[in-house]
Amino acid sequence: MSRLRSITAACLTLLVALPLLVLRPATAEQVVMGLSQSSISITTNFEGSDILIFGAIKRETLIPDGEIDVIVTIAGPSETYTVWRKAKRMGIWLNTEAVEIDAAPSFYAVAASGPLESVLSQTEDLRHRISIPLAIRSVGAPETIGDAQSFTDALIRIRMKNGLYSLLENAVEVQEQTLFRSSIRLPANLTEGAYRTRIYLLRGGDVVANYETSIDVQKVGLERYLYSLAHEQPLIYALMALALAVLAGWGASAFFRLVLRQG
Amino acid sequence: MQIYLPIAEVSINAYLLLGLGGIVGLLSGMFGVGGGFLMTPLLFFIGIPPAVAVATGTTQIVASSVSAFLAHLRRKTVDMRMGTVLLAGGMVGAGLGVLVFNILKALGQVDLLVTLFYVFFLGTIGTLMFIESLRAIQRARKARKSGGPMPATKRRHRNWVHVLPFKMRFRTSGLYISVIPPLIIGVGVGILTAIMGVGGGFIMVPAMIYLLGMPTKVVIGTSLFQIIYVTAFTMMLHAVTNQTVDVVLGVLLLLGGVIGAQFGARIGVKLKAEQLRILLAILVLAVAGKLALDLLLVPSELYSIGERGGQG
Repeated sequence: MSRLRSITAACLTLLVALPLLVLRPATAEQVVMGLSQSSISITTNFEGSDILIFGAIKRETLIPDGEIDVIVTIAGPSETYTVWRKAKRMGIWLNTEAVEIDAAPSFYAVAASGPLESVLSQTEDLRHRISIPLAIRSVGAPETIGDAQSFTDALIRIRMKNGLYSLLENAVEVQEQTLFRSSIRLPANLTEGAYRTRIYLLRGGDVVANYETSIDVQKVGLERYLYSLAHEQPLIYALMALALAVLAGWGASAFFRLVLRQG
Repeated sequence: MQIYLPIAEVSINAYLLLGLGGIVGLLSGMFGVGGGFLMTPLLFFIGIPPAVAVATGTTQIVASSVSAFLAHLRRKTVDMRMGTVLLAGGMVGAGLGVLVFNILKALGQVDLLVTLFYVFFLGTIGTLMFIESLRAIQRARKARKSGGPMPATKRRHRNWVHVLPFKMRFRTSGLYISVIPPLIIGVGVGILTAIMGVGGGFIMVPAMIYLLGMPTKVVIGTSLFQIIYVTAFTMMLHAVTNQTVDVVLGVLLLLGGVIGAQFGARIGVKLKAEQLRILLAILVLAVAGKLALDLLLVPSELYSIGERGGQG
């Protein structure tokens, strides 16, 4: 009993302490981070954006032994998806099986200072959910589907092809064990929301410090206005769209008649 | 020039969209079809989410139909009375179609059913039109060779259409027939509009020519009249219930579309009726063939990602 209580107490202390302390008490290393942009505005001519993530490792003591590694991840808001698989039935290909993916980020990029496998141990990956497959949560597939994993793999494969998921190895530069920088490209087909940005310092595959912030992605100007109008005043939006369509049709007709008469 | 679409949430080249609208508009003006059966699959292909593509496609159909319709109205090639009868049937049909669509949705596999509908209707009508137009061209050629008079282009046989009650005079079409067949055609097209998300011109045009015996010139303007109202109605429904109409995408498509439709209407009057029909037949068959191949060939990617509960 008393042991259980002490563990609970330790956990509680940790929970309280976590937001206050970025560094673990055992290692005196801490991340100081900067972003080239803390928010991204989606304008009409938005073509995607390069985010520069840079920072330094703050230490109270001498540099400990062993190379320092850095991992940077950016994750878009999570959504629920259904992944369908086609099979041939009666001569035609149709969607036959589906697996619900409970939560998958709309965008996910992992950048590491070396090959991910050598930089990050499996235990730490499981704990912090860093690699792409671990960023996706799929709780249960129907019992009729034996290979639910292949559905998750397909989601990753399709999204990697679309540039929505990416694994960037050797893409974080570390200088003098202290300074680091990385550039991650956000594609044009972004969805709105808070993009969770995490930085991990690792030594020998173990996380020694981490830091988390978020990048706000939002529509602005005309994009914002139209999006809000469509969702808040759908009838007005619909009438506007209809009026535009009819006007454009009539306008082109009138214009061409004028041109023909003169020509 | 890339442009970000606020509802579709993707960034697409603006000129590509203008060009797409232009091509579909050109065909719309030439054949009197709304072009929905081309526009919707093309939008899927360039990466617009299916729900947005279907809903926004209607904006463009309304615009290019209005533009082409006005051109036909000035040329007095619209049978308003026939159009109104078709429209009355169309509204009833659209309501029925939405009902059928929702029942199918509850059963799952809506996508497959829509594709099968496309393949079946486009395939059948394309083949029929193609054979008929070939025969008409051959007849015309033979007549020219023998030096004899051109055979009458009227194909108005007395069939079941002419023995039904409730006859009405359609002056512009030069017909005195029962209102029942046009009403039935209207209902049928309305059902298809709701299920397939298209204007339905590709069904209505041949139905008017072959079943009602209307002159080809009048058929196009009249079908446009009906298409404008039915697609406008569908667009409003999509915008209010699903918020899937993207105005930015719509404006780009219709800018291209209305210009294309004007050129199309002008090309249309210069071509012979048989040539017009054979071109439309080839186009319809090509789309049907493409969709059929998608069902029959091994897909390059067996998996697809859909929003929760949906398919894609």
